[in-house]
Amino acid sequence: MNNLIKGEKHDWEMVIGLEIHAQVKSNSKLFSSSSTKFGSSPNSQVSLVDAAMPGMLPVINKYCVEQAVKTGVGLNAKINNYSVFDRKNYFYADLPQGYQISQYKYPIVGEGKVTIDFKDGTSKDIRIVRLHLEQDAGKSLHDQNPSKTYVDLNRSGVALMEIVSEPDIRTPDEAGMYISKIRSILMYLDTCDGNMQEGSLRADVNISVRKPGDEYGTRCEIKNLNSIKFIKQAINYEAKRQIEILESGGSIEQNTMLFNTSTGKTRPMRNKEEAHDYRYFPDPDLLPLKISKEEIGKIKSSIPELPDELKNKFIETYKLSNYDASVLTAEKQTSDYFNETINSDSELKNHAKIVVNWITSELFSLLNKNNQDLINSPVSPENLGQLIKLISTNEISGKIAKDVLEEMFSSGKTARKIVDEKGLQQVTDQGEIAKVIDEVIAENPKMVEQYLAGKDKLLGFFVGQAMKLTKGKANPKMLNDILKQKLNKKN
Amino acid sequence: MSKSSLKQTLKDLDTKKISIRELNQDYLKRIKENENLNVFIHFSEENVLKQIDNLENDNSAKKLKGIPIAIKDLFCTKSMPTTAASKILENFNPTYESFVTQKLLDEGSIFVGKTNLDEFAMGSATNTSFFGNTINPLSKENEPLAPGGSSGGSAAAVAADLCLGATGTDTGGSIRQPASFCGVVGIKPTYGLCSRWGIAAFASSLDQAGIFSHNVEDASILLQSIAGFDQRDSTSAKVDIPNYFENLDDDLNGKTVGIPKEYSIDGTPMEISQIWEDAIKVLEKKGVRIKNISLPHTKYALPTYYIIAPAEASSNLARYDGVKYGFRSDEIDSLDEMYENTRAQGFGKEVKRRILIGTYVLSAGYYDAYYLKAQKVRKLIADDFNKAFKECDFIVTPTAPSAAFPLNEKQNDPIKMYLNDVFTVPASLAGLPGISIPFGKDKNNLPLGIQILGKHFDEQQVFNTAVSLERSYE
Amino acid sequence: MKIDKNTINKIARLSRIKLDDKESEDYIKDLNSILDWVEQLNEVNTENVEPLSNISSSILPKREDVSNDTNSSEEILENAPDKLEGFFAVPKVVE
Repeated sequence: MNNLIKGEKHDWEMVIGLEIHAQVKSNSKLFSSSSTKFGSSPNSQVSLVDAAMPGMLPVINKYCVEQAVKTGVGLNAKINNYSVFDRKNYFYADLPQGYQISQYKYPIVGEGKVTIDFKDGTSKDIRIVRLHLEQDAGKSLHDQNPSKTYVDLNRSGVALMEIVSEPDIRTPDEAGMYISKIRSILMYLDTCDGNMQEGSLRADVNISVRKPGDEYGTRCEIKNLNSIKFIKQAINYEAKRQIEILESGGSIEQNTMLFNTSTGKTRPMRNKEEAHDYRYFPDPDLLPLKISKEEIGKIKSSIPELPDELKNKFIETYKLSNYDASVLTAEKQTSDYFNETINSDSELKNHAKIVVNWITSELFSLLNKNNQDLINSPVSPENLGQLIKLISTNEISGKIAKDVLEEMFSSGKTARKIVDEKGLQQVTDQGEIAKVIDEVIAENPKMVEQYLAGKDKLLGFFVGQAMKLTKGKANPKMLNDILKQKLNKKN
Repeated sequence: MSKSSLKQTLKDLDTKKISIRELNQDYLKRIKENENLNVFIHFSEENVLKQIDNLENDNSAKKLKGIPIAIKDLFCTKSMPTTAASKILENFNPTYESFVTQKLLDEGSIFVGKTNLDEFAMGSATNTSFFGNTINPLSKENEPLAPGGSSGGSAAAVAADLCLGATGTDTGGSIRQPASFCGVVGIKPTYGLCSRWGIAAFASSLDQAGIFSHNVEDASILLQSIAGFDQRDSTSAKVDIPNYFENLDDDLNGKTVGIPKEYSIDGTPMEISQIWEDAIKVLEKKGVRIKNISLPHTKYALPTYYIIAPAEASSNLARYDGVKYGFRSDEIDSLDEMYENTRAQGFGKEVKRRILIGTYVLSAGYYDAYYLKAQKVRKLIADDFNKAFKECDFIVTPTAPSAAFPLNEKQNDPIKMYLNDVFTVPASLAGLPGISIPFGKDKNNLPLGIQILGKHFDEQQVFNTAVSLERSYE
Repeated sequence: MKIDKNTINKIARLSRIKLDDKESEDYIKDLNSILDWVEQLNEVNTENVEPLSNISSSILPKREDVSNDTNSSEEILENAPDKLEGFFAVPKVVE
């Protein structure tokens, strides 16, 4: 695969690393008992600790620690028995303590890796440097008042897992696939709800460009991107910007950038921490976090099947392609739906590829069109299974099945019921089909002549006419066979 | 001025020899007479009377029912504003009650007011307060003396008999040194014995709440009341709190006292060496074995402390930014302007000095050389004590290198001021319990204190030794 | 001299404390003398010594993941120097 981008003068390669911030799916915050519920009225979920009142102290949430360990296991990473919470000191309106409690020298999770799968069947490992726990900041609103910034501390103190990758990513697509894969793992583990719109999952992107084979170039960090689309756009724009500078003889200034979602452009933050000096030191209000082998073992044993394991199982059991299997396992709801569908009838196991297609193309496009989610699909896995069975036993044609699915989707009726009510069963009676074909041949003598003179393409015309007369119910293979037979006899 | 003890007062209340109202009226009167000492940052007679009313209508039995207590203004209290003696917390009214003060309220005590201190507990003379100096009640006319610090207001409140006990906090000596200067008893318990929840933080790994009282028995009663595990403080210790008072035992026969040779410092006034020797002699007479011990890293304790404490403080005080509570400057053209002016105008000179030094020792390129180095030396200091306590049951030293000094002395040289803590800081770094009791006077008839240090959570031994020395001195 | 004009400006800026020239001078003097004084720690051999952050030997206590609903925005905003529409208000920030 060619990952290079063309500049004016020569080719360039992007070098990309991601810092993903995933909100731990917990009831309460990392160091306080305030609720983490999204969308509550401003400053209503703020405890004395979150507002950094004098004399307030942090106490860690056990569940959040366990979720970080769980996620570490899911990222094939080393779990550290000893980790330390540090203070990262800086001033900002939505940082009430004047420091963020994070983990610096000793994170809870060390090196790991995840695999991304390409359409062409190949795959690639992206290495993880670390995962650590930290507090989220509050929210600053700059557009509510002409002269003031408003501060809402509801998010202040919510638990985040920061997942840092090595700069192993080379294209915007890979970046997208990487974050999708992380999201998928988090959702299988149920450690993060993966909701990018609400900011439960967001990323900072580090990007530089280089001539292939060169050392890494100077990088810029694009802050706080909360959709895969924006991540790709931002990378594309930023890479082009850097290449233009380099090709015109300039050099890249290491910078923190913001991405404007409406213009699709990046620009340096105005409010640069001119002297970035966070003065990390161990938080004296907390003791080191120690996790025993037993605790880690217990958490490991509670972990469900993860996408990669499931993918391999699907490939093995159903002989699916690597790509099909990875599409099925990208989201837990999809693999769950697939499992339920294929297990709804023992026959379907032999038609796994058809099941995949009906889920990932037909059903998905209906869901998309209607802006619905698989989890609330009006078509249950059992009903879809029934529909596929009708196809595989030749009771209805694939074309009719598409109409049936649409009706199932809108009415909620079962496939069987729709087929019966409307008499949509395929016509598989040889005599009946032959009769229709005779009719078509008789009505179109000129066409027959042309066909016989060598205009093979006209076969389609006859099929169409015959289908029309059977209202599409004729078994297409039988129709084809009989039609050819009859036309050739005329010769 | 006859000072009655807490123990005796509890008996008198119990036998109805005196009522809660009469008792507190007496204290209110003295508080008003002594306003010139500037002991309190917040005092409201009305508030005290309201508490008396409430208690009179309360029939439940409470251990400290009606006892007048003064609270260092570093403890957050719901019924009174809390300032930490800083302009930056002007008009701050906590909506919550600190763990320690809640315990005292639960026991039925009456808060007479919030006492003065060095701003954010940073100082040794109660002269860095935004609300002015506190004057040592033992001062002679025309020569005002410092009460010590940082808990100078609380020490002075007890010394002037404006209450039967007071809370303090001790980070490097802030209870023991003012107790020594004011001639009262002051105990800093083991780090973690009393929850720090609701106490404005100075240096989190060192801060510890404690008690001032007229005598050791009273201190043992009050400490028991404020000690205990608190799940809201991650460094709070899960230990059983004994009934220190009931268990008091002045028989020290067979015990071993450690006398650290490093505490004999050149330039220590003769009288202080003298009372130290006197104390050792008294102990010897009581059958205590005298053991000369060595705490070899003692001389490094002060520089270690003056790196660690400011470093933690620089971060702990970052929350005072004019956004959520307290003072905000009027010059606020931008967010950064607001921060810089608020903090420049809101903090006093000593606090700023410590924030700056703390910021420096944590900053990139200096962390290892200063902060990390200090943490390592701190480990060696703690290890010194661990080794020493294998050979002795407690350690006895002077509390401070001088008696109370004149109010305006030592103000311009920070290091000279820091040297006040020379005998108290090592135990703070090691998290050990320490008490100061009055033991003798200097040539100007000013009190001098003896410090007794114990093993972690062995407050009982500290009290036993203290009560034994106190009884022999009386 | 460890602390010069530049350094004091940098740390004052990091601390968000505005200093006038007179104060800067004073603090340069104070901080240099304090740093010279603490320099004596270099006499101590700390090779292979573990740094001590907290004297407590207990294990970090953990709480259960239970959220309370006792928070109130009125209480949180009660002491705020400037509050508007349920928010803390600060001078406008341009990012």
